[in-house]
Amino acid sequence: MLNQIFAVTALNLRSLGGRLGSSLVIVIGIAGVVGVLTALLAMSKGFESTLGNTGRDDRAIVLRGGSSAELNSGLSSDNVQAIKDTRGESGTLTSSAEMIVITEFASKARGGSFNVTLRAVEQTGFDIRPEFRIVDGRKFEPGLQEVIVGKDALASFEGVSIGSNMRFRGGDWEVVGVFETGDSHDSELWADLATAQTAFGRTGTSSVLVQLESADGFDAFASALKEDPRVNVDVKRERDYYSGQSGQFKRLIGILAGVVGVIMGLGALFAALNTMYAAVSTRTTEIATLRAIGFGSMAVVVSVVAEAVALALLGGVIGAAVSWLLFNGYTASTLGQGFTQVAFEFQVTPDLMLLGLIMALILGFLGGLLPAIRAARLPVTVALRGA
Amino acid sequence: MKYFRLVLSQLFAKKTRTILTMLSLLMAFLLFGLLQAVNVAFNRGTSIEGASRIVTQARVSFTSALPLRLLPQIEAVDGIEAVMYQQWFGAYYQEPNRQMVAFAVDPRRLRQVITEWELPSEQWDAFANTRTGMIVGKTLADQYDWKVGDKVPLSSNIWPQSDGNMSWALDVVGIFDSSDPATQPQLAYLNFDYFDEERQFGKGGAGIYVSRLGDPKDAERVSKEIDQMFQNSTDETKSQSEQEFNLNFVRQLGDINLIVSSILGAVFFTILLLTGNTMAQSVRERIPQLAVLKTLGFTDGTVQMLVLAESFVLIGIGALLGMAVATVLGMGMVGFLGGSGSVVNLQVWAYALVSVIVLSLLVGLPPAWRARRLKIVDALAGR
Repeated sequence: MLNQIFAVTALNLRSLGGRLGSSLVIVIGIAGVVGVLTALLAMSKGFESTLGNTGRDDRAIVLRGGSSAELNSGLSSDNVQAIKDTRGESGTLTSSAEMIVITEFASKARGGSFNVTLRAVEQTGFDIRPEFRIVDGRKFEPGLQEVIVGKDALASFEGVSIGSNMRFRGGDWEVVGVFETGDSHDSELWADLATAQTAFGRTGTSSVLVQLESADGFDAFASALKEDPRVNVDVKRERDYYSGQSGQFKRLIGILAGVVGVIMGLGALFAALNTMYAAVSTRTTEIATLRAIGFGSMAVVVSVVAEAVALALLGGVIGAAVSWLLFNGYTASTLGQGFTQVAFEFQVTPDLMLLGLIMALILGFLGGLLPAIRAARLPVTVALRGA
Repeated sequence: MKYFRLVLSQLFAKKTRTILTMLSLLMAFLLFGLLQAVNVAFNRGTSIEGASRIVTQARVSFTSALPLRLLPQIEAVDGIEAVMYQQWFGAYYQEPNRQMVAFAVDPRRLRQVITEWELPSEQWDAFANTRTGMIVGKTLADQYDWKVGDKVPLSSNIWPQSDGNMSWALDVVGIFDSSDPATQPQLAYLNFDYFDEERQFGKGGAGIYVSRLGDPKDAERVSKEIDQMFQNSTDETKSQSEQEFNLNFVRQLGDINLIVSSILGAVFFTILLLTGNTMAQSVRERIPQLAVLKTLGFTDGTVQMLVLAESFVLIGIGALLGMAVATVLGMGMVGFLGGSGSVVNLQVWAYALVSVIVLSLLVGLPPAWRARRLKIVDALAGR
């Protein structure tokens, strides 16, 4: 029986050339579904990985209790001092009190106004972030109304290049440098904490970022703060804080991908059925002849399904490849949890492409099965007469 | 029109093929309807002309609160009927992930500015006279089964009370509905005076200002006037129409337009190929029949039109079914995207009609041309 299956399948696949036009329908149909789905999921993947890459395990972020995001948080200067005084095993920990202000800039590509994070940091903010480096210009001078801009923000927004002036609350701020951290901070603007506090009329900060002695020091640090009666704060590992922010976007894209995937998948399935019914009906006599000379109906079914699956897989490969060519590394941005734009790159990863191929496989299998069964069940005598 | 039955019977000569093709078309247009609806909703009217309400926010961003002291100056601008201010409360109920929209407002000003909220007069008064009062939109009240007289502990993820407590005990004193069926009242308001007295920090911050205009024609002038008034102060403002302000939120989610057009591009390319193949195949199979038609005296032009009509009817029926399903599903999305009836509105249907015509021509013209050029003798001889 295996011999039969191989023989008929090979025969089918060799004769594909003659049915090129209609076979192409399956290939392109499935390439479309796989391409679109891979691209959508690559978007979600890219966002997740940008946030996942932000932060370290050996740094902790301290927010006001119950605030869940830096934007909602506020720590008074007394609180900040209490947090900064918390000691590790061998003395005071290095920390940076940081204040975030949402600002608005027009997008280079789309105009309008988009929320951008202005992060005001202490000088220690640079020391505890070894990933930080200036790629152009210089750092801001403490005490001056100067701003440095992340490389993704520079690429996305109008009026943020070196030398331009920004207006915040009636005062001018000059852009003096471009920085890179390789994570979601690249979408931000940074300025000096004390200067920004004065300009924005605030005394407290949004968060305190603390350099722990090691990743293991987190629990001791967190419980020390929990027990401190002077403060009511939430403490999170910096990496966990940022990773936790991709959930909502992931769900949104998940829903979109689900709806689009089901609808396009059904469309492609009908197309595949159509093609395979046509393929089977043009070969009615041929199939009946095979059956008459002793090939089993199983061999016929397998050969038809195999043809559909082969075409579908080809489509899946094309779809995944096109999606990779067009979208891998494509930069987009969306609103992060802090209600500001976070730029990220689409990531068309091997596992997403594999997922696409599996989907292609399933669609091809379903699309081939019904026509195959019809072909196998047709009475030989009727089929031979060319009915 | 007299050939309509002929077209139909030709179309359904191969039932399986036609029905499967139509189902594919249905799916394509279902997706088209839903995605275009989202696109239209996100890109609809953004001009300030004709806006009846203007939102004034801090120029830095709407998250920076403007101070209360701007109120008299804004109120004095010619053309403004009433002004209110609202401070985002950052509310959630019981669990931090059960977030809801709530603002601290001056009850009397709210009543003057947001005129579509329908609330019995005595409940308006109760809201104004109860320090810890809160009024809740009907949709939100139904969701949590809140009734007038209930005490509801509403938590804020921003504002602690002076004693550090993040949970505010509020009394539901009214439940409001909307006179505009397109807006679902899914938010709550609490009393600004109580909120401002009790909050630990930020006192005197009004949030954003919303002004109702006497005449929508004044929108542009009024918003310019407000912004000029505060230029170069520490409280620079940015005024825009209420719609523009709201749309800004969704636009920031991403380039919806690009995503939608990319997906639809892929879908239509596929559908073009699929339907094109079906039509080509069907004409190829019917060459002898077409030759017979010509023998009977049908002109080349008529035969060409018959094939074109077939492609139009095939795509038209598929599109009609798909758009019908999309319209029904779109009714469920009204609450999310706004609008009335279904988000798949006339504008989306018009786009669909254009797509049907373009697709029909692209798909139908090659086989129609082939049918037109058919030589009777060759066709009948099967050459």
